[in-house]
Amino acid sequence: MFEISEKLVVSSSPHIRSSDSVQSIMFDVMVALFPAALMAVLLFGYRALLIMVLSVTAAIVVEAIWLRKRDNFLGDGSAAVTGLLLALTLPPTIPWWTAVVGSVSAIIIGKQVFGGIGYNIFNPALVGRAILVVSWGGYMAGDVWALPQPFAFTADVSAVTGATVLAAPQEALAHSLPEIFIGNIGGSLGETSALALLIGGIWLIYRGHIDFRIPGGFIGTVFVLGTIFGGGFYENYLLTGLFHVLAGGVMIGAIFMATDMVTTPVTPQGRIIFGIGCGLITMLIRLWGTYPEGVSFAILLMNAVTPIIDNFTTPRQFGGEVRKSA
Amino acid sequence: MAKELFMGGVHPEDQKQFTSSLAIEKMPLPEKVVIPMQQHIGAPCELLADVEKIEKGAEIRTGQKLGDNKGFVSAPVHSSISGTVVDIGQHSHPLGVKINAVTIESDGMDQWDDNIKPNPDLDKLSPEDIRKIVREAGIVGLGGATFPAHVKLSPPEDKPIDLVIINGSECEPYLTADHRVMLEKTEEIVFGLKAMIKALGADRGIIGIEDNKPDAIKVMEDAVAGEQNIQVISLHTKYPQGAEKMLIYATTGRVVPAEGALPLEVGVVNHNVGTAVAITQAIRQGKPLVERTLTVTGSGIKEPKNLQVRIGTLVSDVIEYCGGMSESTVKLVVGGPMMGLAQPTPDIPVIKGTSGILALTDEDVHLVESSPCIRCAKCVDSCPVQLLPTTIAQVTEFGDYKKAEQLNALDCFECGCCSYVCPSKIPLTQWIRIAKAEIMNRKKQNK
Repeated sequence: MFEISEKLVVSSSPHIRSSDSVQSIMFDVMVALFPAALMAVLLFGYRALLIMVLSVTAAIVVEAIWLRKRDNFLGDGSAAVTGLLLALTLPPTIPWWTAVVGSVSAIIIGKQVFGGIGYNIFNPALVGRAILVVSWGGYMAGDVWALPQPFAFTADVSAVTGATVLAAPQEALAHSLPEIFIGNIGGSLGETSALALLIGGIWLIYRGHIDFRIPGGFIGTVFVLGTIFGGGFYENYLLTGLFHVLAGGVMIGAIFMATDMVTTPVTPQGRIIFGIGCGLITMLIRLWGTYPEGVSFAILLMNAVTPIIDNFTTPRQFGGEVRKSA
Repeated sequence: MAKELFMGGVHPEDQKQFTSSLAIEKMPLPEKVVIPMQQHIGAPCELLADVEKIEKGAEIRTGQKLGDNKGFVSAPVHSSISGTVVDIGQHSHPLGVKINAVTIESDGMDQWDDNIKPNPDLDKLSPEDIRKIVREAGIVGLGGATFPAHVKLSPPEDKPIDLVIINGSECEPYLTADHRVMLEKTEEIVFGLKAMIKALGADRGIIGIEDNKPDAIKVMEDAVAGEQNIQVISLHTKYPQGAEKMLIYATTGRVVPAEGALPLEVGVVNHNVGTAVAITQAIRQGKPLVERTLTVTGSGIKEPKNLQVRIGTLVSDVIEYCGGMSESTVKLVVGGPMMGLAQPTPDIPVIKGTSGILALTDEDVHLVESSPCIRCAKCVDSCPVQLLPTTIAQVTEFGDYKKAEQLNALDCFECGCCSYVCPSKIPLTQWIRIAKAEIMNRKKQNK
């Protein structure tokens, strides 16, 4: 009488699943990046848009080609996220083809050679950026950066240039902290506006996709070290600490790069260690290294030790403590 | 008063709206029942073939004992209707195995066994009397775990119990049977709790209810208003609140030690609201456990209901009484959607631990392929025991059971939160089950 039983699926519990998927998470990250992308276009004009579109398109195309034999070769949206993240770390003056090379490297060398999403050790976007830094350092980290030209949709951005606030203290002192917070300074496309990045970060925390531990540990460490060792050149010690948080890539790094799920620890304690480690290495490079900025290498180095961190920070299970003291 | 919040947990859509406002309905006597000899954790019952002449053709009364076991961790089974034994043999069981069962065809009379008599007042019963009554009534944990209730009422002498917690959290989505029991059998729950406090020599009792059932909290609070030592605690709704260790932590802040320790280690005994009612009826009416309240629901059920059903009624009969199961049903689950068991057939009996029957359609279950782990750590954050589900699953996939054991896989109580939250839809709970089974196997072999 119950012929229907032929169709009943028998599988292990639970029988209901949350509506989150890899795709929906990637969509949320894209939404979170929107304010920063919008600010990039407002500050650096059409060139910013061009670089972002090229980088995202290149990432999607190369991933689709790489995965062409799979059913879901169009992917889960992670390639688009990688492409956009990479673009936001590039200077607006960069030649357009550099963005494409960086994006293709990010997808292939940063992700697919390891076996694709979930298996990569290093943040793909930062791998792409690192390859560009070592290959075309002049374009990437030269002394000459485009200064923002709000709504510069026709002008050649590279015409107005200057040093970044991190490279030259006199440039830093030329800008007020609110100006740096909003992002009206020289720098990479998406890193300058702490405000836009914070809005994205709040969205991601609200959606439950990032844990405050990593950005908290990262930003907190940068602030403390910047305050103590920053020399107080920016009015006073505390404001110098704040300057180090708002200037350069700390905000985009802490909110979007150091929180990349695949390449960061899964343990709660490990996430704090990861964040603090990123802040520590960033400040070591900034204060005593030869580069003016150290966020991307700090994160890449911490990516490398993520498995070790996970291994040493296995949480004690519920009720575990009582047993040990007994 | 809401208390502590345990770590982890998830907030699935509760889906209780289908049945939460429906009063418990008594299902008419079924034409036949199938009574399995094992409906509890512990030693299976042996058929009382010699003493009671339970054999094919025997005339049976409602409440008559069919099987028992002398072992301490066991509970007898009783007939839930009167009629004739038509078959004794293997029958499919909600656990997915075939188990020896007695099939009885109803005479439609529901004539109760003559031995069933009310017991003296609770004041006149000793703790030992209460334990004996509970054991003889075959009462087990009705929340679903089916641990024999009298065992929990018999703690070792060196582990004094000061507190009895009644679990009214009903944290599983869809299920509303406990909710309705609290509303409709309020007084019996309080009486059952008092009997347990007495049997255990405890000082006080707590009734823990999730705050998504404000009406139940109100009713229970009114019912215990005059009781000095009984307190109703409202709990922030979060799955798996009803898990023993989570509930104890949420209501008292006490942490039950890991690695298989029981609540009695921290002076607590936990019982479900349904169990309290069963104990009350066993004491007052002498009634063995022959019926229970369950929820029949899910988008595949035409008329969802809260039903009072005789144990042994076939799930197919219950579903038919609820208007049948729709064509689009893809999963038939006995229990809740988070921890219940998917069934290949409705030709199984309702047993003592059956808290719900769910017919789930595509709307409820999302049957999707899993993709690689993106290490988002949502499983880690959702684990109420603070394990690393993704890591355990990974080492299990590679066959490294030693590492799985080091990662405390055995402390997992399979609540399903990790699988529920996983965006890659990896069956993490299933991997951990595999690890647990293999670790236990190896332990046995090493002995």
